Amino acid sequence: MNIVYFAWVRERIGLPQETVETDAATVQDLIAELCAREDRYAAAFADTSALRVALDQELSDFSAPLAGVSEVAFFPPMTGG
Amino acid sequence: MTVRVQPDLFDAGAELGRFAQDRTDVGAVVSFTGVVRDTRGDLQEMLIEHYPGMTESAIARIADEAMQRWALADVLVIHRYGPLKPGEPIMMVATASAHRAAAFAAADFLMDYLKSRAPFWKKEITVGGGSWVAAKAADEDALKRW
Repeated sequence: MNIVYFAWVRERIGLPQETVETDAATVQDLIAELCAREDRYAAAFADTSALRVALDQELSDFSAPLAGVSEVAFFPPMTGG
Repeated sequence: MTVRVQPDLFDAGAELGRFAQDRTDVGAVVSFTGVVRDTRGDLQEMLIEHYPGMTESAIARIADEAMQRWALADVLVIHRYGPLKPGEPIMMVATASAHRAAAFAAADFLMDYLKSRAPFWKKEITVGGGSWVAAKAADEDALKRW
């Protein structure tokens, strides 16, 4: 599964994207797996209310299942316009 | 409908001229241009990051929604990314319709949605360093108007 990060999430984790092998059932499970790996993930995901998630480039939510998903993106609320 | 996501500077006046020319079916053209604002007098550049692929599809969906809600003849959305200088245009929207109410409302709707639902993130770079612009609760609340 490809995971991509944007804005301060990317800076905090220190990577724009990575490929992970995971059996996580939901976005929340994936976050828990990442946080258990290293502190920088725990720092980035400390407050998920400050984060948004997209699954295969569609906005989604943290309880969403990951079955069939190939790309997960984490980022702060958008500031376009 | 035209959607462009680009790093290059654009000329909002020229874009609007092209958008409006040769139309005999519309009575109203409305446009909005967002400009890089130096609020404290220390902004060196505004860095705009985006999510290639999702950006284009999210904007197209928002523009489609506007076309369905209002009787629009056409919609133009241009949004830049990369390093931008104070005073430069960040983005523009233009709407064309038979009547002004639809053109104004659709442009307002497009702006509200582009601000909170198109995957762009702004970072202000000053002499003191960089800081990500935080989304405002008011921006999210604005979506409830629609």
